[in-house]
Amino acid sequence: MKTNSIKSPARRQFIQQSAATTGAFVLGMYLPLTSDAATNSATPTIVNAWVQITPDNQITLICARSEMGQDVYTSMPALLAEELNVPLSMVKVQIAGVAPVYINALLGGQITGGSSSVREAFDKLRIAGAATRSVLVQAAANRWSVPASECKAMNGKVSHAGGKSATYGELAAEAAKLPLPEKPALKSPANFMVIGKESMRRLDTPAKVSGTAVFGIDVKIPGMAIASLAQCPVIGGTPKSVDSSDAMKVSGVIKVVQISDGVAVLAKDFYAARKGRDALKITWNEGAGASISNAGMRKQLESGLTKPGAVIQAKGDASTALANGKQLSAQYFMPYLAHSTMEPVNCSAVVADGKCRVIGPIQFQQGAQAVAAVATGLKPEDVTIETTFLGGGFGRKLELDFIRQAAEIAKASGMPVKMLWTKEDDITHDFYRPMSVHQMDASLSNDGKISALKTKMVSQSVTARAFPAFVKDGNDPFMVEGSANLTYEIPNLEVRNVIEDSGIRVGYWRSVSNTLNAFAVESFMDEAAKAAGKDPVAFRLSALSKEPRAAAVLKLAVQKSGYQAGSKRFGVAQMECYGTYSACVVELDPYAASTLVKKITFASDCGIAIHPDQARAQLTGGILYGLGAALYDEITIEQGRVQQSNFNNYPSIRMNQAPIVEVHLVASQEKPGGLGEVGVPLVAPALVNAIAAATGKRIRELPIKA
Amino acid sequence: MGTTFNLNGKSVSFDGDPETPILWVLRDHLDVMSPKFGCGAALCGACTVHLEGNAIRSCSTPVSVAAGRNVTTLEGLAPKMGKALNEAWVEFDVPQCGYCQTGQMMSAADLLTKNKYPSSGDIKNALSGNICRCGTYARIEKAVKRAADKLA
Repeated sequence: MKTNSIKSPARRQFIQQSAATTGAFVLGMYLPLTSDAATNSATPTIVNAWVQITPDNQITLICARSEMGQDVYTSMPALLAEELNVPLSMVKVQIAGVAPVYINALLGGQITGGSSSVREAFDKLRIAGAATRSVLVQAAANRWSVPASECKAMNGKVSHAGGKSATYGELAAEAAKLPLPEKPALKSPANFMVIGKESMRRLDTPAKVSGTAVFGIDVKIPGMAIASLAQCPVIGGTPKSVDSSDAMKVSGVIKVVQISDGVAVLAKDFYAARKGRDALKITWNEGAGASISNAGMRKQLESGLTKPGAVIQAKGDASTALANGKQLSAQYFMPYLAHSTMEPVNCSAVVADGKCRVIGPIQFQQGAQAVAAVATGLKPEDVTIETTFLGGGFGRKLELDFIRQAAEIAKASGMPVKMLWTKEDDITHDFYRPMSVHQMDASLSNDGKISALKTKMVSQSVTARAFPAFVKDGNDPFMVEGSANLTYEIPNLEVRNVIEDSGIRVGYWRSVSNTLNAFAVESFMDEAAKAAGKDPVAFRLSALSKEPRAAAVLKLAVQKSGYQAGSKRFGVAQMECYGTYSACVVELDPYAASTLVKKITFASDCGIAIHPDQARAQLTGGILYGLGAALYDEITIEQGRVQQSNFNNYPSIRMNQAPIVEVHLVASQEKPGGLGEVGVPLVAPALVNAIAAATGKRIRELPIKA
Repeated sequence: MGTTFNLNGKSVSFDGDPETPILWVLRDHLDVMSPKFGCGAALCGACTVHLEGNAIRSCSTPVSVAAGRNVTTLEGLAPKMGKALNEAWVEFDVPQCGYCQTGQMMSAADLLTKNKYPSSGDIKNALSGNICRCGTYARIEKAVKRAADKLA
């Protein structure tokens, strides 16, 4: 058997080169057919950046987004399967390498984040499928000398009215030679066979329930050492001096290497590596971070309220309108939070023969390639990135610190290495959701409606650190999520943001600023409703007449929850988030001694739900993630040291603490909205609103220390 | 002198430090990857395996404790139990990221061995030591009940 044809590294390279020269979305990147392609079933005969079809009729989607639980391994192939007219079970998934063709157009990089995967791929992957189907049909028509219009592609076969048929795999080689249509006709939603079906199952479940799914922590490379990295207790600190003599005496320890921000102990297993690390004697240059404390940062943010900041939105004349009518003001505060994924931060790397191979749980592949190149002194094209399953992402694995560290350790040690953080490393060296302070001012008209609203959010800017070019004129486009897209009709509106850099390392946390702004906005709406003497639901609905989708989900959630106007058990909140409209009703247990959540009813209009069962799963998971944070979690910092370390002092919701969560989706033909983060922001404001209704006590700070 | 124990019915031995937690002997020396590392402090349950048929946190149990005894991981569950749990977890598409699920299933196996018809309260109590950051708890509860039905 010849082996000089299309082996995967060459194919990857071809895709990368093709993509590099053409830049954007490229479909027509077929490889020339080779002589053995038709006989070697392992060799794809139709190849583009997204689809591979082998002669044995195996269809593979090249998935360019990371699977961290949000279902891209199923919802993405579903888009392809729909237009290829095949059942989802016929499609396998392979994770993509790094290439410009895989850039997420909504985020400008090969990034999984912003609840954007399906939104961005909805047209892209359907077009890829439809174009591929079109050339398969044409290939069959050519082979049989019949008009293409008389041929039909269905269930992996093209058939002709006259009785002839051939599998996609059998036709793939010929189809690969045909030009792809640029604008193939897409199926009408009425004809969907895969998308939106309740019967759809996750493709990754069997691997995940048999223990065979490979997460970053499960990576094995021959000859690999396990590394535990000592890092300065103050983020940003560096090693000043190291005495590793005791560490080297620990049984199982192989080597100690110093990298730019830590000292790594390499060993045969993680226990020995960790024990060796504990035996290191290190003095640190703690750096500027050592003077940071929570109280100081909060003071700084509060003083930022006096600054004008950037005007994000202005409508009417909010200042004049505020002076007329009944005024109310409130200030809200949100703490630093850690991501706390189940799988602690880890990454594997090998540096050898002028190449670097990185394998790990990665949300940002291009960035990973770039930092590994810098860390190893290699060219980016000599760095390959392989993405495993992620044991939770939530934004943490969008960061690149751990990839750089693994590459530095691999280079310094000359060994294949898997670097694994402890949970304590993870909690104390995260990129935290920023602390924020929100000043809200409103006036009510005589008929009890909001006539003017001014909002000002003060926080650190994640984007200023991670993607500084995107911050223009003091405006971080990700800080305005949840405040620049208010659904309420307010005649006089002014939305301002103030960036205050307090020196703590901040990052994007599941739902980003939506979770900060929604707490302030939806708490304040409740306070305004009370001031106006109105029911909180009726008060909101009266300002949603121009937003039918928002009004519809609010009505649905209210109806399903059994909400009663005037009842002291319920709290509501609603918003638009990543293109999805949602409403949340929290019901408290009337018989509990303290405020205990009995049930959460959530309604979303996410446009076309590709995989409804997992849409509900994502929303449910987001709700519990948001609830746990609202109830328990706060990162505090003293002298630059994070005070929390593990699930004992940074708790997560447990099974016996989880309330009933009911999620309702609105049937919709709108374009898909996001889902992975959408459940998170509304639960906290709905909960404090319920507590205010029940007890009269208004909570304006999280976490709720009830 | 190594530490010898039975892993999923087969005798295995480990030559390193007997204080090494079972988790790292399984993962880094014996290539058994289904138990996961979460917290390292018996707080999250991702590392749950069975020692003599009882659920333990392998991240915090030294391998010396297992000497001469039986350690069982998801791969080595009794076939009927393993199949019932696997099918139930698949039926409800329980996992999201999936990282904690093998530990959840091992806690469920322990529960169902001792309590054939667990109530919702029984399940919540038994599995409250297993954290799922994706929030799949309601599906886990359904899957445990379905597995109980399958075993009945």
